[in-house]
Amino acid sequence: MALDVLVATRKGFVRLARKGKAWAQAPAAFVGSPVSAFLDDARDGRLYAALRLGHFGVKLHRSEDGGATWTELPAPAFPAAPAAAEPPAGGEKAPAVDMIWTLAAGGAPGELWAGALPAGLFRSIDRGASWSLVESLWNVPERKEWFGGGYDHAGIHSVHADPRDPRRLTIAISSGGVWKSDDAGAAWRHVGKGLRAEYMPPARAYELNVQDPHRLAHCAAAPDVAWCQHHNGMFRSTDGGTTFEEIKGVKPSVFGFAVAAHPRDPLTAWFAPAVKDECRVPVDGKLVVTRTRDGGKSFEAFGDGLPAAGCFDLIYRHALAVDGSGERLVMGSTTGNLWVSEDAGRSWMHVAGHLPPIAQVAFA
Amino acid sequence: MGQISFTANLRRHVACPPVGVQGRTVREALDQVFAGNPQLRSYIVDEQGRLRRHVVIYVNDAAVSDRDGLSDAVRPQDEIFVFQALSGG
Repeated sequence: MALDVLVATRKGFVRLARKGKAWAQAPAAFVGSPVSAFLDDARDGRLYAALRLGHFGVKLHRSEDGGATWTELPAPAFPAAPAAAEPPAGGEKAPAVDMIWTLAAGGAPGELWAGALPAGLFRSIDRGASWSLVESLWNVPERKEWFGGGYDHAGIHSVHADPRDPRRLTIAISSGGVWKSDDAGAAWRHVGKGLRAEYMPPARAYELNVQDPHRLAHCAAAPDVAWCQHHNGMFRSTDGGTTFEEIKGVKPSVFGFAVAAHPRDPLTAWFAPAVKDECRVPVDGKLVVTRTRDGGKSFEAFGDGLPAAGCFDLIYRHALAVDGSGERLVMGSTTGNLWVSEDAGRSWMHVAGHLPPIAQVAFA
Repeated sequence: MGQISFTANLRRHVACPPVGVQGRTVREALDQVFAGNPQLRSYIVDEQGRLRRHVVIYVNDAAVSDRDGLSDAVRPQDEIFVFQALSGG
């Protein structure tokens, strides 16, 4: 059967197609250019790719033919500050988008969300032809306390529109915690009670605004269930991200970036652990994927088909994905390796080994 | 009339042949180019109009000093070069 994998890399956008047991790699798009995020919009088949050009800024492209040809669109951008507006002493310099970190489908046809670095949320209602900043979120007073997690600025990497009512949004910010809106972004409330920040003084460890969720992944069939791979732990929510319970003691590690939620089973999720924040490599040089099937009470670690020793592969937050069946997973690493599993993560096939660092993967 | 030309590396992304420009400052010269080639704008300056961090502009053989305001003076016979900075590689 046809099985295509889409891969955003540091040097281009790659599509691989399985033909029997072999994988064919199509000529890449945007060769040489960093692709920071993409969206394969299942609603209308359009494909979007965000570039972070080293010299020439953030760009957005759309394809109507599965990636064969692309058209440049205006990229999400902050409103221009009033002319000659000088920031007050110590004040904020007028922002500019540094990176599109995530693209997500909204509710109405053509509605899209883009999460950026700095942490602006942008909305399009015309398939990306124009974008506007969600000012209500940008203007929350808490934003002044957000801080960068791995980057100079805080950024939005997870945007989820509830399939039951797409006006209900949940976003996650690294670092600024989890936020929810019930009205398509008109108003926001800070959520995420139960998330714990080990990198803060003990008295502030449970503050909502200091949390660094690395990735938030919702169960498609039960969207109240959300899994969070956080900077210093793993968490699960059963109320859409309003509150979380910490999952402790998972071997080999509770640190990582990626998490994938089973599309139908709210008790199943996969994680890709690494040592810890100051040593972002697989534990003992052995890459594994951990899976729970009981809501986080217990985990199995699977390494069949993955490097067993001496590897440095780190899985970025958007680089582990599951298909609609819950049986197939795809995973890409910072070392340019790409694997596919067809048995729910128990074993993995090495599909490509010479790709650039991988930012995002998905099944087409 | 002066001339403004762009690094060949930019032509990979967007058409930008050398063009004659008039203007008393780099900003005025660029705005004139952008008026006829709006797609080019976001490749050179950010949404606040500041020169992108890893782009450099020379007026003849001198790099512009006002990277945010682009107020550096341009005379009618000057040549303007838009390059990518080595820092952005």
